[in-house]
Amino acid sequence: MFNSYKINTLEFYPEKCVGCGMCWTVCPHAVFGQEIRKGDNILVKAKSRAVLVDKEACMECGACQFNCPSGAIKVQSGVGCAAAMIKAALTGRPETCGDGGCGCGDRVADRPSQCRGSEK
Amino acid sequence: MAITQTVSEIDYRDRLDHFLARWSWKRNEHVVEPGLYALGGPKKESPVFVTANYTLSFDALRSALKGIDCYILVINTYGINVWCAAGKGTFGTDELSNRIAATDLTNIVSHRKLILPQLGAPGVDAFEVTKRTGFKVEYGPIRAADLPEYLKAGKATAEMRKVTFPVHDRIVLIPVELVAVLLPTIIIAIATFLTVGFVSALAAITAVLAGTVLFPLLMPYLPTKDYSSKGLLLGLLAALPFAGYTYLRHSPANPWTAASMLTFLLIMPPITAYLALNFTGSTPYPSRTGVRKEIFTYIPIISGMAAVGLVILVAMAVLRFLKVI
Repeated sequence: MFNSYKINTLEFYPEKCVGCGMCWTVCPHAVFGQEIRKGDNILVKAKSRAVLVDKEACMECGACQFNCPSGAIKVQSGVGCAAAMIKAALTGRPETCGDGGCGCGDRVADRPSQCRGSEK
Repeated sequence: MAITQTVSEIDYRDRLDHFLARWSWKRNEHVVEPGLYALGGPKKESPVFVTANYTLSFDALRSALKGIDCYILVINTYGINVWCAAGKGTFGTDELSNRIAATDLTNIVSHRKLILPQLGAPGVDAFEVTKRTGFKVEYGPIRAADLPEYLKAGKATAEMRKVTFPVHDRIVLIPVELVAVLLPTIIIAIATFLTVGFVSALAAITAVLAGTVLFPLLMPYLPTKDYSSKGLLLGLLAALPFAGYTYLRHSPANPWTAASMLTFLLIMPPITAYLALNFTGSTPYPSRTGVRKEIFTYIPIISGMAAVGLVILVAMAVLRFLKVI
């Protein structure tokens, strides 16, 4: 109770990891770490590989999956915006950040500083 | 295509633009012309930074790069900041690749490296960009302010890679929150004033302010992880003075007093909780899965509370009306 964020859709398949380092570079919540790869597969040259260290912190932004060259990460990415979801539920339209929950929609340019970016 | 010269100084016009953007004034007009910009006197070897064509994004970048000769590639995100645009895919692989071609970047710089903000990653497939354009994508720090240190060290520290939501970042969101609720709040306050009275109108405004001003400020200090439960608690705290006032005014207490106290305690927390829940999209933590779970858990609770409160309110009004007659 009082924590709805214990479960998310992030899945990691370490056997597919090529150790490029993209996931721990792009993740804004340090969900991934890296470890020294044990030399069991001589075909894989990379010395390190990703490890899932804080799955619960995942916000499903999708950056890791999108930048993973070997398909080792799966996540149903989306924007955690209640305004967008409630609006979608009420109007029956698809739920996207760009489609108007927070007012982002019709005028595209929306409340830019709002949906989680601000000036970064 | 021409290269536009820019500077790192932020002048009064930029500040006015930032101020207006923060107040939702003409939200879609805080845009920078997409294209290639030169900061200082860049040469063929100078670094290339990529950003969105939102003035706040572009200005944060150029002001952070003071004294650094470089190119800034502004891609078209329709005036939306990097992270939001990346989430929507407009700060993305296609636009970046096309913009590189359109600006003839290949012939302007001798190297093949682009520095992107880390928060652009949800929209950009770095390997695909390299495949299409020959440019290697390097994700810089989250905050433009960390760029000088990043350039010096050649890499981002773990701290630079982690998103934070400090008090400054939360305060700057308050005006937009206020503007969004202004009209409905005024209407509700007037309606409440006319039907119930001054104190209740004040309570409605207080509940809204708790959700839009106090919530962003106090968010990290409110207990529980869920936004709605944080909001319910904050709304309850905001309702206590009203309940207390009612109790003191109608002492000794009778069922009538209890009923009016209940209306504050049942209606104010749901208002604040709903606004708190709607703040999820403005914060850098919640996942869609979690927010959906929150909606399913709390919307029934808060609508139930508000409904019971309103029923009591209406029942009291009816009784009062009958008594008067």
